[in-house]
Amino acid sequence: MTDKHDLTLTINGRAHAVSVDARRTLADAIREECGQTGTHLGCEHGVCGSCTVLLDGVPVRSCLMFAVQCEGKAIRTVEGLAEGEELHPLQKSFMKHHALQCGFCTPGFLMLAVGVLEREPDISDEDLVDALSSNLCRCTGYANIVKAVRAAAVELKAGP
Amino acid sequence: MKPGSFQYHSAKTIEQAVALLAEVAPMDGRVLAGGQSLVPTMAFRLAQPAHLVDINGVEGLDRLAVEGAELAIGACVRHAAFHRPVIAGPLGAILTTVARHIGHYTIRQRGTFCGSLAQADPASEWCLVAVTLGASITAQSTRGRREIAASDFIEGIMTTVLEDDELLVEARLPVPPDDTRFGFVEFSRRAGDFALAMALTSFRLEGGVIHDARLGIGGAENTPRRIGEAEAALNGQPPGADAFDAAATAVAAALDPMEDAGTSAQYRRELAQCLARRALESAAS
Repeated sequence: MTDKHDLTLTINGRAHAVSVDARRTLADAIREECGQTGTHLGCEHGVCGSCTVLLDGVPVRSCLMFAVQCEGKAIRTVEGLAEGEELHPLQKSFMKHHALQCGFCTPGFLMLAVGVLEREPDISDEDLVDALSSNLCRCTGYANIVKAVRAAAVELKAGP
Repeated sequence: MKPGSFQYHSAKTIEQAVALLAEVAPMDGRVLAGGQSLVPTMAFRLAQPAHLVDINGVEGLDRLAVEGAELAIGACVRHAAFHRPVIAGPLGAILTTVARHIGHYTIRQRGTFCGSLAQADPASEWCLVAVTLGASITAQSTRGRREIAASDFIEGIMTTVLEDDELLVEARLPVPPDDTRFGFVEFSRRAGDFALAMALTSFRLEGGVIHDARLGIGGAENTPRRIGEAEAALNGQPPGADAFDAAATAVAAALDPMEDAGTSAQYRRELAQCLARRALESAAS
């Protein structure tokens, strides 16, 4: 039994016309139908946070939503962070503070951090650590991720 | 780890949602709200519903409002709505504390208060809140609406009295007097993990002694519940080590805790005793 839906997913401002089964997760549709493979899939059941994207500005686990639920929503993925050759301040901060090693979790952490800082630019250290505990990283031990996000928060608040 | 096939239905009004449910519930149809528990269960193929009725687009279900002496929480109000106090006074403050213990930040952006009640996981923070504070739950179907007391709502592990064709449209929490004191403490092995046990208490002080004591334990037994013996040990007593120890001891004596591979019943019993005392100390401080 299939239940096909024709819909438009808007990813980083670009419209993608897709035809998906209802069972297709947003994560799979972003990667397979729309070819945006920057969003990574780890556990596929909402534990690891690798697939975190912004949905109307809110960080969500894209493996826990169905693509059919996302028509008309503004989806942002890691591909939308840089402006041309210029990396987003958080991407630069991740490089500077060694907040990644293998990089598998990085797109999820970046989208989580961007979403949190855009919504709560004055977030406390305690709340930031709580928010970042959403995602798993098996390389860094988290300390450098927290450092990178904290440093980027200061920079983003100061403005360009 | 991919969910099985299902037919997707999206409702725009409550009437439409319950009409859809009436049609598909007999064919293994379920409600999709936040999906933060249902979708992982589907990914594991532990749940393979044939139909999902998505209520995220239903107008008005995101309503969160104070009505008289009650806080009304619509079916699509997310956990994250409680990151900041939703009402002035002690209730708003304690809900903020509780919300921080639910899953993770991203999970809290999608998961819903009412969805947690309908899921009835033994480790659900909101189920403990609803039972301890005496929430009222509204269920609606094409057959009409009914009100259910939270203490009657949860029957067992992930089992409620909701009929298959009923939609939990709203939960209402009584707003307590402003001098009510609250304490909530939870223990889990890692950030965002399921609680091994948790304790929620509320009481008022009059003439230096405890009145209107409520003490609920969640995560330890199949369902959260108030421990009457502990509340009896508190009422009429001055707040302090004597009363709190007596109440915590009563909690340990009253509980019939769950056991699993990593956690014995005795461990949960002692944990609940400890958490009850800490929640009372937190409320008194």
